[in-house]
This record gives sequence, structure tokens and C-alpha cells, in this order.
Amino acid sequence: MTDPHLDGNALAGPLREIFAVDVTAATSRCAACGLSGAVAALHVYPNAPGMVARCPGCEEVVLRMVRTPDAAWLDLRGAVSLRIPM
Amino acid sequence: MGIVTPGFRGRPRSSGPELPPGQYLTEDFPVLSAGPTPRVPMDRWEFVITTETSREHRWTWDDLMALPSETPTVDIHCVTKWSKLGTTWQGVSLDTLMSDVDTAADYAFVHSYGGYTTNLPLADLLDGQAWVAFKFDGEDLHPEHGGPARLLVPHLYFWKSAKWVRGIQLRFDDEPGFWETAGYHDYGDPWREQRYQGD
Ligand SMILES: [Zn+2]
Repeated sequence: MTDPHLDGNALAGPLREIFAVDVTAATSRCAACGLSGAVAALHVYPNAPGMVARCPGCEEVVLRMVRTPDAAWLDLRGAVSLRIPM
Repeated sequence: MGIVTPGFRGRPRSSGPELPPGQYLTEDFPVLSAGPTPRVPMDRWEFVITTETSREHRWTWDDLMALPSETPTVDIHCVTKWSKLGTTWQGVSLDTLMSDVDTAADYAFVHSYGGYTTNLPLADLLDGQAWVAFKFDGEDLHPEHGGPARLLVPHLYFWKSAKWVRGIQLRFDDEPGFWETAGYHDYGDPWREQRYQGD
């Protein structure tokens, strides 16, 4: 019996569509308190080694992004989901 | 009789103090903040060292103040590329805080009021290299700069010197902290320019 999964290359098309959008128009749901709201309404702390976006309800971290000379690190573990209008 | 001529010997003064690679000198003290400044009532403040066997060593603010403190003058280097030289602090050495702590751990996971974390080898906290600092420039440490107390580990990039320090968990494994899970280096030696993972 074979496990019916594909490799990650199958994500290329669907994710290319998502990562081309303006994410600030998306709705995020906070993993800590469950509050849903526009990404544009998150509290962003830019004076740090990276961008830190926090929930306006509970101030927990929803999204972090660090830009290095050759990469971008995106951490979304503080978000249950992003609802992206298409 | 001899006449002292300043600047006649040695390196020309214009060469300036030596900075780690990629750093520039600043005279002010930039505030970096990844979140709101936590306010901790002093009667509820505590600092806890937890060993790998879950043994807890706790200090209240009064306990900390009762310990012998030191006044290190050190250079600090932020990964956002500013360096500040000859900063003066007052704090309790980690050697003092660790003197009764029995541990075989190799790593320290530092956590702060407000949720910040960072990691470093335990050896980098010992032998006169680190303090829990509560004064800067002779004044109580301002909350924006990590008051009432912050970790001070000046030989590593300044994100390791956790503001609003609350405790240290001693571990056998190296658990990455807030910036270390988002692309920053696990060790962060400014002289080897270890800014990001892979540097
Ligand atoms: Zn929340």
C-alpha cells in the first residue's frame, strides 16, 4: 500500500498565487487569543532586529519577518490562519 | 627635562577605537523593542534559575539587592550595526548567582517578562562575562532599556543581553530563542560577525 501523498513541488502553483498578493489585506486569526482581524491592524514593532507584528487584542506575536542579505525568514506560528481574499 | 608630546608615539588618534567588522560607533543609546515594555511591580519581581533537574533557585528584588554587585565598564555591539563603547553598568555577576547552583548543563535558555527569549552556552554566562544589571550610567535602568533588570553579556551581540530578564533555564540541549528561531545566529559573536544562521 502506498501513502497517497505528493512531494512539496505540488505546492508551487497554489503558493505562487498566494505569495503574490498583498498580505495586509488578509484576515489573520491569533493563535493565542483567537481574535480575528486585518493583518493591517496588527501592532508592528519595526525598531528591532526584525519586523514583529502583534495581536491588538492580547499583544502576543502573530507574525515575524527577518530579512538577511540572502533570505527572508517568515514565522507565522502565532497565526492560526490567514484568510486571503482572491 | 622631557617634554611630553601627546600623540607622538603609537597609532594616530584618528584611527579611532577598534570596532567589530561591519559596526559603526554611536554616542546615543538606541532603543530596540520587539513588543510593549513590560511593567513589573517590584514586590512581584523575581529572578529564577531552573536547573536541568527542575531545581529552582529564586531571588526577589530585595534578595538581588542584598548580593554583592559589580560595576563593569564594557563595549556593547548591536546586530543592527551600532556599537557603543565604554558603557558603565551595575549588576550582580552570574558567577555570584550560580555559586550555589549545581548543574551539569551546557546551555542556558533565557526568558524575560513580556515573553522574549534567547539562548547561549552556559560557559558564556560565567567567569566574569555576564551580569544581571540594574543600573546604567549610575541611574536605575530605564524600562525602555530593560529595567528593572536585564541580562548583560557584552561579548555577544546585544540581543543576547535580554531586557526585563526573568529567569534562566539550564539545559543539556541548545533551544533557540526569539530571534534565533527567525534567522539569527545561535551564538552571535560580533568579532566573527555571526549575525545570521550560517554566518
Ligand atoms: Zn491575540
